[in-house]
Amino acid sequence: MTFGITPSQTVGPYFAYGLTPNGKYDWKDTFGNNLVTADAAGERIRIEGRIFDGDGAPITDSMLEIWQADAQGRYASPADPRPRNSTFQGFGRTGTDAEGRFSFETIKPGSVPGPDDTPQAPHILVGVFARGMLRQSYTRIYFDDEPGNAADPILALVPADRRGTLVAAKSVQNGHPVYTFDIRMQGDTETVFFEI
Amino acid sequence: MTFFFPTQSLSAFPPRLSPGYKSTPKRCPTKPLILMKHTLSELTGPVYGQDAVQPGDEDLTRQHAGEPLGERIIVHGRVLDEDGRPVPNALVEIWQANACGRYIHVVDQHPAPLDPNFTGAGRSKTDENGHYKFITVKPGAYPWGNHPNAWRPAHIHFSMFGHSFVSRLVTQMYFPGDPLFQYDPIFNSVTDENARNRMVSSFDLENTVPEWALAYRFDIVLRGRNQTPMES
Repeated sequence: MTFGITPSQTVGPYFAYGLTPNGKYDWKDTFGNNLVTADAAGERIRIEGRIFDGDGAPITDSMLEIWQADAQGRYASPADPRPRNSTFQGFGRTGTDAEGRFSFETIKPGSVPGPDDTPQAPHILVGVFARGMLRQSYTRIYFDDEPGNAADPILALVPADRRGTLVAAKSVQNGHPVYTFDIRMQGDTETVFFEI
Repeated sequence: MTFFFPTQSLSAFPPRLSPGYKSTPKRCPTKPLILMKHTLSELTGPVYGQDAVQPGDEDLTRQHAGEPLGERIIVHGRVLDEDGRPVPNALVEIWQANACGRYIHVVDQHPAPLDPNFTGAGRSKTDENGHYKFITVKPGAYPWGNHPNAWRPAHIHFSMFGHSFVSRLVTQMYFPGDPLFQYDPIFNSVTDENARNRMVSSFDLENTVPEWALAYRFDIVLRGRNQTPMES
């Protein structure tokens, strides 16, 4: 016998004081947007971007969650039995601001095992929540300076003319690597989302 | 234990485009979603340190100098997977309006009073049997601008993590017999009646504490099945 799952409902417009208080409300954040731990090996990076609705207007009341492997491509999860050598947890959460902006401070993930022993290029999973979204949408962040993208088995599932929406563009700001990743819910350059 | 996450189970979820809820049409993807087999990235999910939940986080009536106004209630239940197995150590976060139907959020301008003794946020972890428990006050219904004379049924927002990133669930717990159900496009975005009713808590006399608080039970089923089917 299997049990039917509990349906999803929107986070609504008022989640911030519970899920992303960030000093604005009298409640402690469970998670934040800085994933870096002192003992985490790897390249420290910033991911930043904006999220837009079908009119091209910024979504100012959304929440983004990310999930990623460490620099060795290992997940801090019981479902990944490989030993790790740091306390890096790989999960982050943030709200968006009045311009729809978000950012994460993290380390660049390593290549992760993929289907049929094909390695996946470094990537980060993203869950998108907002008022007006009855369930989260999932996308992936890839990195434009990774040659492994060309052989990535998941990118290969995406029509070639849409793959670019999943690839963050690298720049260097104040000597610090920054990857820009905008999310567009609709339109000609609608971000690719996955049914997972 | 190794888990898998059938996407067929997602048929219980509301469609992303649900025009009765007027914020959905401009915020849902319009191009086909990409189907894929789950990789290690989807099959793993976060665990959280022992300090994620502090003692007292589960009691929303004890966060300020005085007690909040309203009807004190106990909300409890179990977090289960699709095999009916308890999910231990699952993080459960909640947020809600106060007894007057007012959220502390700065954007909420409903002309009902804020309660200086109520923030409306709570956090708990399930025990080894998948059980969680909160103490709070019953939230009020509140108006919203979706359509003429629109009121949300009283609800508590729930956010949960299960065995993987894809078992992540944000939902709302409703109260039994609410007369607003039939008018609410968010509740009715779940088109299957059985699935819809899984969002409605049940009154729990057995766990109601005499002279103190009514209890409501809300069991939550997250995505995830064992690779090895259970016998019988």
